[in-house]
Amino acid sequence: MEITLAHYLFVAAALFTIGVFGIFVNRKNVIIILMSIELVLLAVNINLVAFSAYLQNLEGQIFAMLVLTVAAAEAAVGLAILVTYFRNRGNIAVEDINQMRG
Amino acid sequence: MQFSTDALIVLAPLFAAAFAGLLQRYIGDKVAMAVTTASVGLSLALSWPIFLDFVWGEGHVRVIELFRFIDVAGFSSTWSIRIDTMSAIMLVVVNTVSFLVHVYSIGYMAEDPHRARFFSYLSFFTFAMLALVTANDFLQLFFGWEGVGVASYLLIGFWFQKRSANDAAIKAFVVNRIGDFGFALGIMACFTFLGTIKFFPTAAGDLALFAGSVNGVEVAGQIERLAHQALVLGDLVLPAAELTAFLLFIGAMGKSAQFFLHVWLPDAMEGPTPVSALIHAATMVTAGVFMVCRLGELYHIAPLASGFVTIVGATTALFAATVGLAQNDIKRVVAYSTCSQLGYMFFAAGVGAYNAAMFHLFTHAFFKALLFLGAGSVIHGLHHEQDMRYMGGVRKPMPITWAMMTIGTFALIGFGIPGIGALFGLPGLGFAGFYSKDAIIEAAYGSHGIGAQFAFWCGVGAALLTSFYSWRLAFMTFEGKFRPNPHAHHDDHVTGAHADHGHDDHHQDAHAKPADGAAPAHESPWIMLAPLIVLAIGAVLAGAVFYPYFLGHHAGEFWDHVIPFHEGHHDFPTWVLWAPLIVTVTGFLLAIVFYLWKPGASKAMAKGPVWAFLYNKWYFDELYNFVFVKGARALGDLFWKWGDQKTIDGLGPDGVAASSRFFSRSLRKVQTGFVYHYSFVMLIAAVAFGAYAILASIGGGQ
Repeated sequence: MEITLAHYLFVAAALFTIGVFGIFVNRKNVIIILMSIELVLLAVNINLVAFSAYLQNLEGQIFAMLVLTVAAAEAAVGLAILVTYFRNRGNIAVEDINQMRG
Repeated sequence: MQFSTDALIVLAPLFAAAFAGLLQRYIGDKVAMAVTTASVGLSLALSWPIFLDFVWGEGHVRVIELFRFIDVAGFSSTWSIRIDTMSAIMLVVVNTVSFLVHVYSIGYMAEDPHRARFFSYLSFFTFAMLALVTANDFLQLFFGWEGVGVASYLLIGFWFQKRSANDAAIKAFVVNRIGDFGFALGIMACFTFLGTIKFFPTAAGDLALFAGSVNGVEVAGQIERLAHQALVLGDLVLPAAELTAFLLFIGAMGKSAQFFLHVWLPDAMEGPTPVSALIHAATMVTAGVFMVCRLGELYHIAPLASGFVTIVGATTALFAATVGLAQNDIKRVVAYSTCSQLGYMFFAAGVGAYNAAMFHLFTHAFFKALLFLGAGSVIHGLHHEQDMRYMGGVRKPMPITWAMMTIGTFALIGFGIPGIGALFGLPGLGFAGFYSKDAIIEAAYGSHGIGAQFAFWCGVGAALLTSFYSWRLAFMTFEGKFRPNPHAHHDDHVTGAHADHGHDDHHQDAHAKPADGAAPAHESPWIMLAPLIVLAIGAVLAGAVFYPYFLGHHAGEFWDHVIPFHEGHHDFPTWVLWAPLIVTVTGFLLAIVFYLWKPGASKAMAKGPVWAFLYNKWYFDELYNFVFVKGARALGDLFWKWGDQKTIDGLGPDGVAASSRFFSRSLRKVQTGFVYHYSFVMLIAAVAFGAYAILASIGGGQ
């Protein structure tokens, strides 16, 4: 069976959906949100790379490198905030993070 | 020269009032009393020759213009002094009574610490009243009208430490405002219809008040124009003359304490007794009668308004007399009597007998001032006791006061024998009130105006009641045994101003001789008795001497077109002529039975419900309190709580605030603080915008 563009797109869509649901449905842990964001970004990366190969255009792969960089930076900053938050509150349950409530 | 003396009559009391009032701290009471009394004396001395000139001489009608008051865009008013028959009568009435009251007050107020203020007010009142009666246009009339109102307010509340006096002063002022509102509307109506507020100027100039003959030439006055105009409000057509006359009469009702607006007059008795005599008996309250007679030509062409005047006057005459039956305060009896006599004057004017109304005003001033000052003398003699239940036996210690009061009573009840004075050109012989009151009753009988017959029967009924309550007053005060007040010391009735008066020496000898039922009273000093004697002379003679000019053979020349005057017919049935005397004697006999012969009968009567109804003045005060005072309060509450707080505030500032708070509160719920809610909204929004972008691009592509 030949792996076509559609397969890549399907996998990317599946990853994206898992990531989105990971953000919404998860009530327990902020780290899972960070991981889900990574999943969403990876899904985008798969799309970019797949289309890059399909269209014979390198720009997509360059863009994917940029996304990886942003994702890494985001993970670093996010985890740093998370550590500080944990120090202050002693808890990283998503349900308890509602200090911005109006 | 004529100018200066005429002007001096009006202005002298003003200067004296200003001098005594503004400089009272520096000149002292004695100088203040001397200056004010002398100034009114001067006015008196100058006004009698003018009056007698109208009675026996030629009578120079004249208008002296002092200065322009207002002259703007077709509206002009001039401060002027109009001398004609009407104002000459009023000048002598006002100045005579005012002068005598000034003199009397020197004795009556001898122990008051604020005499300078009192005399200043009295003179100010005199000035305002003189300005009123010499007015040549409505604005000056209104000025005097309000001026006497202010003076009345100040003098009723003269003993300002007394709460009841302050209340009475405010009541008088407020009730008068109601009347004045109508009066002001009447003046505006006159200006609207005629374009002037002068007293109906004629084509021949200002001297003739109304249409009539001037220098032998017949002229039509403005009054004719008024007869042909009307105020049209949709389907409602109000004839100009009727409307103006009616509105002006509302003012007269307030000032002259007529039915519905009478409630202030009895309460006004809280003021010092000389004030009651001057303002609330002889002069100010007759201003309404004066005004209606002054505008007689207007009322002459307004039969409906005249009918209203008749009915209100007749009702007042009877109503006030019934209330007078049951009052115990000596001054209140006389006050209701005044109210009743004013009713007589009004229904006389209403049936077109303006000369009879003015004649009654003239004679009434003498005998009612006499009765008030006599009552004041009794009150003074009894150490400020006003309740007749605690009087009795006063005749022996106060013989002169008794004699004068008796003359006043005879004059008030109109005692006289009809049909025996033909030798002197008189309809009979009697006291002053006889001529004027009988003339009024006969005029009502002979008239065909609206309500005239009603007025006739009210007049006869009121004459019966007048006789009864007058003799009741005389008997309860002067006859029988002295009934001391069981409650407290006399000084409880005394005002703060009088609290330290020097009656202690009288108390000593008073309590020393309670023998033979005589009251522990003392005769008043001569300075108080002299005015009584002068007024008593007036009460006896004023009717007989001036009857031929006011009503009799010389009336045509005397009035000289100042008021509408037509020779009355003198062929009344005999019973009409005798009816007043018969009812008067009946009232006298009833009073003897109830108060001299069988005093127990009157005490039993005083327990009945009718008596309570009359004693409480037909419950008018309670009714007004319920309807107007409470009603105004309820209306105010309605506007305040419902109109202002609920409607205006509710829809306005409070409503906007409440609704924005409501919306912001519901909007706040959206902001949960949960990250996943926010991101969900973000996603939905991203999907929505994405879908829109895709759909738009597809649509755009086609």
